[in-house]
Amino acid sequence: MSSKPVLHYVNARGKMECIRWLLAAAGVEFEEKFIETSEDLEKLRKDGKLMFEQVPMVEIDGMTLVQTRAILNYIATKYDLSGKDMKERALIDMYTEGIIDLGDMIMQLVLCPPDEKQAKISLIKDRTKNRYLPAFEKVLKSHGQDYLVGNRLSRVDIHLLELLLYVEEIDSSLLAPFPLLQALKSRLSSLPNVKKFLQPGSQRKPPTDEKTIEKARKVFKFK
Amino acid sequence: MAGKPLFHYDEARGRMESVRWLLAAAGVEYEEKFLQTNEDLEKLRSDGVLMFQQVPMVEVDGMRLVQTRAILNYFSSKYNLYGKDMKERALIDMYSEGLADLNELFIVYPYDPPGVKEAKIAQMKEKAKNRYFPAFEKVLKSHGQDFLVGNKLSKADIHLVEMIYNMEELDANIIANFPLLQALKTRISDMPNIKKFLQPGSRRQPPVDEKTVLKARKIFKF
Repeated sequence: MSSKPVLHYVNARGKMECIRWLLAAAGVEFEEKFIETSEDLEKLRKDGKLMFEQVPMVEIDGMTLVQTRAILNYIATKYDLSGKDMKERALIDMYTEGIIDLGDMIMQLVLCPPDEKQAKISLIKDRTKNRYLPAFEKVLKSHGQDYLVGNRLSRVDIHLLELLLYVEEIDSSLLAPFPLLQALKSRLSSLPNVKKFLQPGSQRKPPTDEKTIEKARKVFKFK
Repeated sequence: MAGKPLFHYDEARGRMESVRWLLAAAGVEYEEKFLQTNEDLEKLRSDGVLMFQQVPMVEVDGMRLVQTRAILNYFSSKYNLYGKDMKERALIDMYSEGLADLNELFIVYPYDPPGVKEAKIAQMKEKAKNRYFPAFEKVLKSHGQDFLVGNKLSKADIHLVEMIYNMEELDANIIANFPLLQALKTRISDMPNIKKFLQPGSRRQPPVDEKTVLKARKIFKF
């Protein structure tokens, strides 16, 4: 058994990408076993490795963890990216959950039927501009610090950076009204582990293309 | 500001109910301000107290917390319902998140249109019986202890028992084949704080009815 965490998922962003980001930011090397066919998924299920028959699944420290948030929470705690106390963790959780809400909307776009896509994109842009980015700009403005919580790097800075990059992929002008978020994005992108992860050849996954979606449909047997 | 936590939500189960269960288990008193109209919601928004313009929101220990998981995690840590270390927390999170997936269906289905609603109910029963309840029966069987994690009550036990009660409203026999879940349900239900919560007159909300749905549509404009 490897001492490095082993990530089980399809070769795509999906629900595993935020975990890849967090491990990378924490400077933790990890291995990936990609699910290529529905048989691969069935084997994991039959071997009893997936508590709820689903992936993501991460083998780490003798555990076989499923559920994205359980995995993220464990990694964040282990690598001291979870704040210094209960109250900092509450803020981190609150901010993270908002990020996940918007992130999930963006993630679902790739599965959206073409005739619904434009409406979904409009909604995402509206929420980005009017609900989520203003909320985080306000946090940074309120304390004037370099990080969202506790004046030091935590998981939520990484989650936000990841989200800002997806927002830019949709429409790069969306960040224009938010100077503090832009500054945060630059600052975080310069951190050595993050810089490395942003470069070609890292385990970061590209935008999900049609080929990847088709493959995922076959693996997970959904329409 | 010292004093009891203050819950902001409509007078319904929805996303606040699991928090009510958790505080009942912890034996912690709280107050509730129920949204009655869309104006109530808009006032919270214009007062700037809802970080993402949404409820649930809980005022506690000088914070205005939104996002159900943030609220649950804070109370769980504060009242020692979150395990003794990182690894126990990982198990508690994994179990809680599985239940949250099922709960997501349960929270939303009363507000679905008629055709969709029946399909969701069937889907929930199927998932409860074939995916979720077997998984938790297996956990209890594996260690033979009275609680899911670390031989001590945690949020995972509370969420599981809440879900059992929820599913029994859809199918009274749904845990007929799960003796260890039945035992857990009995054990938790007999705890004084939970026993009180399960009685009429507690803060526990009844099943969502048509009147509640109509009111919610007006408050949240959906």
